[in-house]
Amino acid sequence: MATALYRLIRYGFQTFWRQRLLTVATMVVILLALLVFQGLIISGVVGNTALNAIQDKIDISVYFKTNTPEDEILRVKRELEDVEEVKEVEYVSRDQAYQRFQERHQGDETITKALEELEENPLSASLNIKAKNPEEYASVASFLESIVSDELVENITYNQNQAVIDRLGALIRVSRQVGVLAAIFLTVVAVLVSFNTILLGIYSNRDEIAVMRLVGASNLYVRGPFVVMGIIYGIITSLLSLLLTAPVIFLSSPYVRLFIPEMDLAGYFTSNMFSLLFYQLAFGIGIGILSSFIAIRRYLKT
Amino acid sequence: MINFQNVSKQYNNSEPALTDVTFKINPKEFVSIVGRSGAGKSTLVKLLIAEEKPSKGRVIFGHYDVGKLKSKELPKLRRHIGVVFQDFRLLPTKSAHENIAFALEVAGRKHNEIEDLVGEVLDLVGLGNKGDNFPRELSGGEKQRVAIARAMVNRPDVIVADEPTGNLDPMNTLEIVNLLTQINALGTTVILATHNKDVVNQLSKRVMVLENGRLVRDEEGGRYSLT
Repeated sequence: MATALYRLIRYGFQTFWRQRLLTVATMVVILLALLVFQGLIISGVVGNTALNAIQDKIDISVYFKTNTPEDEILRVKRELEDVEEVKEVEYVSRDQAYQRFQERHQGDETITKALEELEENPLSASLNIKAKNPEEYASVASFLESIVSDELVENITYNQNQAVIDRLGALIRVSRQVGVLAAIFLTVVAVLVSFNTILLGIYSNRDEIAVMRLVGASNLYVRGPFVVMGIIYGIITSLLSLLLTAPVIFLSSPYVRLFIPEMDLAGYFTSNMFSLLFYQLAFGIGIGILSSFIAIRRYLKT
Repeated sequence: MINFQNVSKQYNNSEPALTDVTFKINPKEFVSIVGRSGAGKSTLVKLLIAEEKPSKGRVIFGHYDVGKLKSKELPKLRRHIGVVFQDFRLLPTKSAHENIAFALEVAGRKHNEIEDLVGEVLDLVGLGNKGDNFPRELSGGEKQRVAIARAMVNRPDVIVADEPTGNLDPMNTLEIVNLLTQINALGTTVILATHNKDVVNQLSKRVMVLENGRLVRDEEGGRYSLT
């Protein structure tokens, strides 16, 4: 068995080397497919981060009248927190609001002076609500209206920004769907193209396969070298694809950060290098093995 | 050893390629199968090596019922039969030495044994110094000698040669036929399908004549004559 394995691997490398033109042509196609595949993974991460960042900026706030008792506000908070669609609720008391206001307007003397002249804190307490899904703000807002009486509420921001929030929500949803569809489509294309290339490579070896059969080679011996070649294709192209992508990633990382401050592309790439390599190895080797198996099946019957 | 019993072969809806062919070949025989192109020689060879299955009748080789073998069992049968073709059928990406060694490697033979045997047969076919050449670097006659070396290296019971001299000049033809006779003298059964009249007449061994898929003559020391 060890001898057989050794021989299969040797044949694999031999054919790989001696049919260089075919090998290179096949590997270029697999490499392109892998670059597309890797591009999909990375742009998926970037897109997701961007969408999450946008989504995180959407919230609705309810400002309570200054005479609303804190207990009442906390009751509303608890009730909101029990709602399925709500991700988090932040309570900003009047004092906190005052502090934040001061911090934000530090150095602005007119405002500081105006505040000092007022004897009472003029700011409202508020609840900041984030929904799990941007499209649920409408229902959260209407639930909110149903549990607090109008007399206590100064203002609910959803009512002012409704159009923008709804549009953003729809945009995010469609972007995710399009992203998934595009990813599926491109992956299928990449798989089919690499698959066909390997298939054609093996097809061009059909006479040799027939000869191997004629001199008494068992299926293992006919198929093995091609499977070994498939594995070599997978390993070399995954490494190449990672090597080719790395400089692009590091060069573009600062620019990506300009648009999406939350996205550290270079950091993502370095910390996920091994899983990226693993995905591509799986993709490359998988296609290599699978297509060799299927292609040769046809020639193993006689 | 080889036994065709009322064998017929018909490819999809065309004229039958072989009709009711019955014969026996004993160990160590040298048999020439002659006939015009399309007489059924190649079909007969294909049936013997199980490249095709008979439509009717049985093909027996040793203890194998060839027509009934499953695809998985074919490699074992084929290690008992060495095949030589008109178009050589060497593996283009392997050198002469590797082509011959391949037949032994797939049979699971040991490395040292393989090196010895391959060297031996290369010398026997007169290509001792061309082992490292690839098929594209060899002449037609040399390629055919490599093919014969590959066919015999396993010490098969039978060597089947289907028009082995079809692509060769008279000089090379003579050498190939001499080689086959030599192999036969060492105790291997040889079946030679050919339409080369000179070859058959020179051999004066058993001749089977095929005509339109029927075995019309089968005689010892026969000569090539198609009526």
